[in-house]
Amino acid sequence: MLEKALTGSNRYWGWIAVLLAFMAAGALSYVQQYNYGLGLTGMSRDVSWGVYIAQFTFLVGVAASGVMVVLPYYLHNYKTFAKITILGEFLAVASVSMCLMFILADLGQPLRALNVLLHPTPNSILFWDMIVLNVYLFLNIFVGWVVLTAEKKDVAPPKWIKPFIYISIPWAVSIHTVTAFLYAGLPGRHFWLTAILAPRFLASAFAGGPALLILLCLIIKRVTKFDAGQEAIQKLVTIVTYAALINVFFVLLEFFTAYYSNIPGHMHTLDYLFFGLHGQGQLVPWMRVSTIFGIIAIVMFLVPATRKREDTLAIACVLLFFSLWIDKGIGLVIGGFVPSPLEEITAYHPSFQEIMITLGVWAAGFFILTVLYKIALGVKEEKMVS
Amino acid sequence: MDIKRRQFLKIAGLSTIAGLGAPAAFNLLLKGESSPVSFASSGSSPEASQEAAPTGVRLGMVIDQNVFDAYRGLAQKCITACHTVHNVPKFDNPKDEIKWIFEVPYEKAFTAKSHYHKNEQLHDSSFPVLCNHCDNPPCVRACPTKATFKRKDGIVAMDYHRCIGCRFCMAACPYGMRSFNWRDPRPFIDKTTYNKEFPTRMRGVVEKCNFCVERLAKGLQPACVEACGNSGAMVFGDMNDPHSEIRKKLAENFTIQRKPSLGTTPSVFYII
Amino acid sequence: MYDKKLIIPGLLVFLLLMISPIIINGLDAGPVPKLQKPKGVTKCVDSVQYMRTSHMKILDDWRDQALREGNRTPVEVDGVKYDRSLMNGCMKCHVEKKKFCDECHVYASVKPYCWDCHFLPEETF
Repeated sequence: MLEKALTGSNRYWGWIAVLLAFMAAGALSYVQQYNYGLGLTGMSRDVSWGVYIAQFTFLVGVAASGVMVVLPYYLHNYKTFAKITILGEFLAVASVSMCLMFILADLGQPLRALNVLLHPTPNSILFWDMIVLNVYLFLNIFVGWVVLTAEKKDVAPPKWIKPFIYISIPWAVSIHTVTAFLYAGLPGRHFWLTAILAPRFLASAFAGGPALLILLCLIIKRVTKFDAGQEAIQKLVTIVTYAALINVFFVLLEFFTAYYSNIPGHMHTLDYLFFGLHGQGQLVPWMRVSTIFGIIAIVMFLVPATRKREDTLAIACVLLFFSLWIDKGIGLVIGGFVPSPLEEITAYHPSFQEIMITLGVWAAGFFILTVLYKIALGVKEEKMVS
Repeated sequence: MDIKRRQFLKIAGLSTIAGLGAPAAFNLLLKGESSPVSFASSGSSPEASQEAAPTGVRLGMVIDQNVFDAYRGLAQKCITACHTVHNVPKFDNPKDEIKWIFEVPYEKAFTAKSHYHKNEQLHDSSFPVLCNHCDNPPCVRACPTKATFKRKDGIVAMDYHRCIGCRFCMAACPYGMRSFNWRDPRPFIDKTTYNKEFPTRMRGVVEKCNFCVERLAKGLQPACVEACGNSGAMVFGDMNDPHSEIRKKLAENFTIQRKPSLGTTPSVFYII
Repeated sequence: MYDKKLIIPGLLVFLLLMISPIIINGLDAGPVPKLQKPKGVTKCVDSVQYMRTSHMKILDDWRDQALREGNRTPVEVDGVKYDRSLMNGCMKCHVEKKKFCDECHVYASVKPYCWDCHFLPEETF
C-alpha cells in the first residue's frame, strides 16, 4: 500500500517539499546541538526541561486522543466513526513518533539512549513511559495497517486483530497517565504534585486531540474526495466540548486548592503563570491568551450556529488547540520549574536552534501523518470510485 | 511453502522478543542492583522514614552554622577545595553553571520556615548547601538507568558512564543540588589547579557532590570538611556509629534538615 | 524477477561501495602497530593475550566495582599493588596515552570515550 504515497498531485508534492525543508532545517540545527551540547538551547540549571519535553507531554495527549474514535467504534459499534477511525489511529502514530523524537532531542547523551533497556529500572517512571509509548506506537501501526489492508481487499478484518484493538483502548489512557506520573510523583515540585494531574492531562488530551482531528477532517474534505461526514464531525465536537469543559473544571480545582489553602508553594507557580511572581511573569501573556482562546472556543462549541458552520467550527478548533498547546506545551512543564527548589525565579527563552529543532520534529510528525493519511485515503478513494 | 514461511516468521518473531527481553530480565533478577535503594526505601513506613536506619553505615554531615557565621570566608574555602579537587568547571554564563557546594541565604536553604522579624544572625548568614545524600532519594527513584544510585554506606553516587542526560533526576531533586553539563566542561577547568587523580565530566551528563567517595576510600575526610580544619564547622562520619563524632554532635545539638516534610530524610544536618 | 535491470546493477553498486575502503587501500591493512612495553615492569594484571583482547572488559569491571560496589581494594601482582583505575592504575605503568592507547585504537579505528573524562593533561588539554 506504500506505493499510494508515491503518487500525488503537485499540491501533495509541494506540501511534502515544505515539510522536508523544515525537517532539513531542524536536522541542521540538531547537528549543531549535538556537537555543542544542550547548552545551545535556552535551558539552564533551574529550568532544566524546556520546549522539547513540553512538546513531548502535549503530543502524548494528542496520541492518546486516538482512543476517542477507536473506543466508540470498536467497543460500542458506533458506525459513524467507521470512516475516521483509521485517521485517529494514524494521528496517534504520528504523535507518538514526534514524542520519541522530542525525547531523543532532549537527551544529553542520545547515543546511550538504549541504556534504558540495558539497565531496566522499574522504579523509574521514565522506564515505564518508554515501554507504554513504544507499545502504543506498535499497536496503532499494527491495528491501522491490518484493518486498512482488509478494507483494501474488501474483506472483514481478521478476528485475531480484536485483542490488539481492545488492548489499545486502556493503553491510550495508560500513556497519558504514565506521562503525568513523570511529574506528579516528584516531591518538592508543588505545581506538579497533584493527584489530579493525570485526569487533567487526559481531559485536555481528549479535547485537544479530537479538535485537531476535526481540523484534519475539514482539510481532507477540501483537498480530497473523502468526507468524514457531518454526523461524525458533530459527534467529535460533542466529545471536544465535554472534554474541554472538564479540563476547565480541573484547572479551576487547582486554583481553588492553591488559593483557598493559601499554602505558598501551591500558589507560587500559578502566580507566576497567570499574574506574575515578584514582578516576573514571562509567561503571563501566553497563559492569558490561552485562557481567552479557551473560553472563546468553548462558547463557539456550545452555540449551535457556530459549531455547525464549518468555517466557524474550524476557528473554534484552532483556538482550542492553540489554547491547550500553550497550557500544556508551555505553561505546565516550564512553569513547574518556577520557582526553583531554592525559590529563585529563572526565565527561560528557547534559542533559535531549539525552535528550529522543535519545528523540524513537528514537520517530521506531519510528514508521517501526511504519508499515512495519503495511503489510508488512497484506499478509501479507490473504494468510492469502484 | 506458505505455511513454512509463516512458521518461520512466528519462530523468528518469538525468538527476537525473547532475545531482546531475556538479558534485561536476567540482569534484573540476577544482579538485583536496584534492590538496596529503591525497593527498600519505598517500603518503609512513615515513622521509620523519620528515623535513621538502625543498622549498617550511614554517612552524614553536620554543618555548624555558628562557626560559618563567625568565620566569614570559611564557606568559600570549602567551595574552592571541593571544586578544585573534583575539577568542577567555572562558567561565566549562569545558564551553564555547575556547582557541587555553594552558599545561599537562609530563605533559600530553608524555604518552608516562616519568620516574623527574623533574628539578626539569620539576616546575613550564608548557608553552605550541597547534596543531602538522602536516605530516601527521589533522584534515585527517578533515574531510568540507575546512573544515580545509593551506596550501602548511604552515599548517593553518580555513574557518569551510564547517564543518558535525561535530567529527570534534576526535576526530582527537591533541593536543586544537581547540575547538568550543558556543554563541554573541559575548557572551563582551571588548568593550573586541576586534580590529576580525578576525572572531569563530559557534556550531556548530570553531576553533583559525591561526598568525596574517592577520598574516603583513601581514609581522607571530604575536601570541604578538611578545608574547615579544626574549626568544627563541618563534621562528617557514620551516624549509625554510637562512638562517632558526628553522633555526639547530633546528640548534643538541636539540628535541622532541609525540607524534612518531603520524607527524603537528608543526611546533612544544620546547627543554627 | 521483476525489475531485473534495476536490482542487479543496484546490488553491484552497493557491493562496490561496501568494499571500496579495501580497494582504495590497495588490499593492504597498513603497517601493524609495534607495541611498546612499559619500563621497569614485566607483569600486568592478567596475561598478555587476555589484556590484548579484553582490557576493555577489565576496565568495565573495575569501573563497576570501584564506582558502584565501592570495592576499591588494589589488585596485587607480584607484590605490587595497582588501583582499580584507568588513570590511577593502568596509566601508572602505561604512562603515555599516545603510545599505549592511541597506537592500536587508531589502527583498529575504535574510538573509546574514556578520554572525554579521564585524561592525561599534557596530551589532551
